[in-house]
Amino acid sequence: MSRYIPLTERDREEMLKEMGISSIEDLFSSIPEELKFKGKLNISPIKDERALVDYFRNIDAQNRFADKKIFLGAGAYNHYIPYAVDYISMRSEYLTPYTPYQPEVSQGNLTAAFEYQTYISALTGLEVANVSMYEGATATAEAALMALRVKKGKIAVARSLNPQYKEVMETYLRKQGIDIVEIGYNRDGRINIREVEEKIDNNTTGFIVGYPNFFGVIEELETVYENIKDKKVLLITSTWEPLSLAILKSPGDSGAEIAAGETQSFGLPLAYGGPYLGFFATTKKYMWKMPGRLVGMTKDIEGKEGFVLTLSAREQHIRRQRATSNICSNEAWCTVRVAIYLSLLGRKGLRKLALLNHKRAVRAASMLEDKGFKLKFNGPFFNEFVVDVGTDGEKFRDALLSGGIVAGYPLGKEFPELSNSLLLTFTEMNSLSDIDALVKGMEASK
Amino acid sequence: MKLIFELSKEGKEGFFVREEAGEVRIPSDLMRGEIKELPEVSEREVVSHYLKLSIMNYSEDWGIYPLGSCTMKYNPKVNELVASIFTDAHPLLPEELVQGNLRIFRELEEVLKEITGLDAFTLAPSAGAHGEFTGITTIRNYLESKGERREIVLIPDSAHGTNPASSTLAGYRAVEIPSGPDGMIDLEKFKEALNQKVAALMITNPNTLGIFERDIKKIAELLHSKGALLYMDGANMNALLGKVKVADFGVDVMHLNLHKTFSTPHGGGGPGSGPVGAVKEVAPFLPGPRLIGEEGRLHWEKGGDRIRSFFGNFLVLVKALAYIRELGGEGLKEAAELAVLNANYLRAKLSKKFKMSYSTPTLHEFVLSEESFRDKTSTLDIAKRLLDYGFHPPTIYFPLIVHGALMIEPTETESKESLDDFAGALLRIVEEAKKEPKLLHSAPHNTPIRRLDEVGAARNPILRWQKS
Repeated sequence: MSRYIPLTERDREEMLKEMGISSIEDLFSSIPEELKFKGKLNISPIKDERALVDYFRNIDAQNRFADKKIFLGAGAYNHYIPYAVDYISMRSEYLTPYTPYQPEVSQGNLTAAFEYQTYISALTGLEVANVSMYEGATATAEAALMALRVKKGKIAVARSLNPQYKEVMETYLRKQGIDIVEIGYNRDGRINIREVEEKIDNNTTGFIVGYPNFFGVIEELETVYENIKDKKVLLITSTWEPLSLAILKSPGDSGAEIAAGETQSFGLPLAYGGPYLGFFATTKKYMWKMPGRLVGMTKDIEGKEGFVLTLSAREQHIRRQRATSNICSNEAWCTVRVAIYLSLLGRKGLRKLALLNHKRAVRAASMLEDKGFKLKFNGPFFNEFVVDVGTDGEKFRDALLSGGIVAGYPLGKEFPELSNSLLLTFTEMNSLSDIDALVKGMEASK
Repeated sequence: MKLIFELSKEGKEGFFVREEAGEVRIPSDLMRGEIKELPEVSEREVVSHYLKLSIMNYSEDWGIYPLGSCTMKYNPKVNELVASIFTDAHPLLPEELVQGNLRIFRELEEVLKEITGLDAFTLAPSAGAHGEFTGITTIRNYLESKGERREIVLIPDSAHGTNPASSTLAGYRAVEIPSGPDGMIDLEKFKEALNQKVAALMITNPNTLGIFERDIKKIAELLHSKGALLYMDGANMNALLGKVKVADFGVDVMHLNLHKTFSTPHGGGGPGSGPVGAVKEVAPFLPGPRLIGEEGRLHWEKGGDRIRSFFGNFLVLVKALAYIRELGGEGLKEAAELAVLNANYLRAKLSKKFKMSYSTPTLHEFVLSEESFRDKTSTLDIAKRLLDYGFHPPTIYFPLIVHGALMIEPTETESKESLDDFAGALLRIVEEAKKEPKLLHSAPHNTPIRRLDEVGAARNPILRWQKS
């Protein structure tokens, strides 16, 4: 008997007796005999807890990255997670409830979600944030779908958007028969405004821009906005390094009406790609067109303030095929972690951390420039930048692996025009001596 | 209770961040000042705040959580420890450095294939509804590869709302098929609706009434004869583990919910994971990236349409694999059997006072109708009164085809005593409804907060904190 099942043999017999049934198998009589599986599943048990843990430790032993100096970002960022985030979020009360359909016994999650919404609203400079999408790519795709509910037409996407996000958007939009036009980038790594003027017209619904973009470059959103606003095109930003929003002008203050992206940087481990947490914010004007769950403040029958899931008439469990999205389970627990993380970092800490990340990247860039490397783009960056290594980027990166260095992300596969370039990322986790080692290694491989 | 923002006081710090000399290369017109909404609080206060919030939550670890079709079973603690081993890999590391992680994917794919009899799985979908979208998109790409542009997905009226929503998102029109008097798909109505425009039928089996769709194989054959596919929503797979292989039903594509059937914690609404399996013919159209190669040389290849960044909710996959490895095949079967035993035991106890929505036998869950109490009280009032007794209520008002439904799924991880207590409370509440209906109407009385004004919340939405 499994240790998770609190029913003795005797319990089972008593229960069957009370029901007037002779065997458990009788309870499966509604399944036609010819559909029953008569064999045994070929999965052997590991009942001993220590053996189970060892089994997985042995699998982990096949991983070989622990001693490497890693300069990867490109949509997932290695930031320190204060232990208090783990300690509190791992409580049963946060980890093991269902979606808060009974608000009277879910005020913990609902209050934390309301705080999370407030944090995302503040960071994006937009009034309404939902309680989460799956991750940054689906959040961005759903932003495009939402734009199509505001206005019919085609979607414009910056070539410098995260390429995985572009792929997901194509999956989501192509099924709806929506055209996607791509807007290129300039030598500074920023949106090519002439292409914006040429390709974005009155039949365009929204323009999706990475902020910062996939090259780490910070767009001049206001310039973009000035060029599309008269055509009634929604400016949509997608951000996968949200720490940047601690020091950058907010999307909302720069003309964006939808801001979507990834929140992994705020207290979620890298975890080989998930679970992460997609954020989604817009203006109050469009809140009924939003996907996902929203938490609102209200009062109970005694006048006490409390929180509930609200504006549910947008959602699949009520509107079915006419819902604004099919999303049901999202990443609620991750929002609790983000709320705790941002509360700990706070007004001063988050800003300091963002500046620390930026300064480390600037330091690395200067050192590389001193050694004769050229940055591919001269636009300002946050904590990652593209460097031209003068030879095939992937081969260059692989050459550094034997020295224990993972020198960023080769761009050639997704951007053939940048096949000689690497995207290098720097966070507070990359020490100054690690940066020295990277520069040295790169110089030696040049 | 105060919000974290209301605890803020200038000068407090919850985390030390080093200040480093160095150059800032961002022009000042692209930068913002301090974000005033962010609080300044100490770690001590943050921990205290979120601790106080947490104790206002009911949780699966606390006690029975009998939400129908949600499979709120116990979440084994060791799986959290196992997951904590795997938190550190960046998803873009060269594959040669992460062979261990890739082996987790491979092993989980293999055991899910064994459990379902299907030929291939993708572990990318982030939740059940994401799996549905993925599965229907896979079907669409498969059909289109054969030059078939179909328009319709058929969905029984007892289905979860995500089914029609996911079909719409995948570019199809959802058409509803009514259930018959026995709670199963009305076979005649299904035949009438089936034509060359139909891409697939989405079936939940057992369905949301807990009833096994007896005709599923026939349904599959009818679909196949018209070139359409059978999609199975695996939300209720907990009833079938080790008892059937769904491939034998004629299922072409299905999703599983690891956060239901395979014990990963629900987290108050995610993270989940919704792997999608397919038969051989359809498998090439599963989303990418696809895992290829032998152990030790595993790597990702492009595959079909991408449905999210990276590869899936990896830590959820780790926990589910740990659960499956611990229980083994026989343990999984035992879980299904005892889930069905517990549900039927509870059903028998409650049948004394409550009317069942359908008299048809049920597996892991069942649905009570409001018929036996409607003149005295409402489903909502009964649910709220259960809170006073310290229990989480069942799913209410779903499935939509049962008026005032109470949908109950106890799972295998409840003791007989727990079931007796829960049944006892429900039976007592029915008595209270006769004698003191007001007591129910004003419930709950003992919770951290009383019944909330949901209409007011939607009419005047307050969706963020603002300094007054």
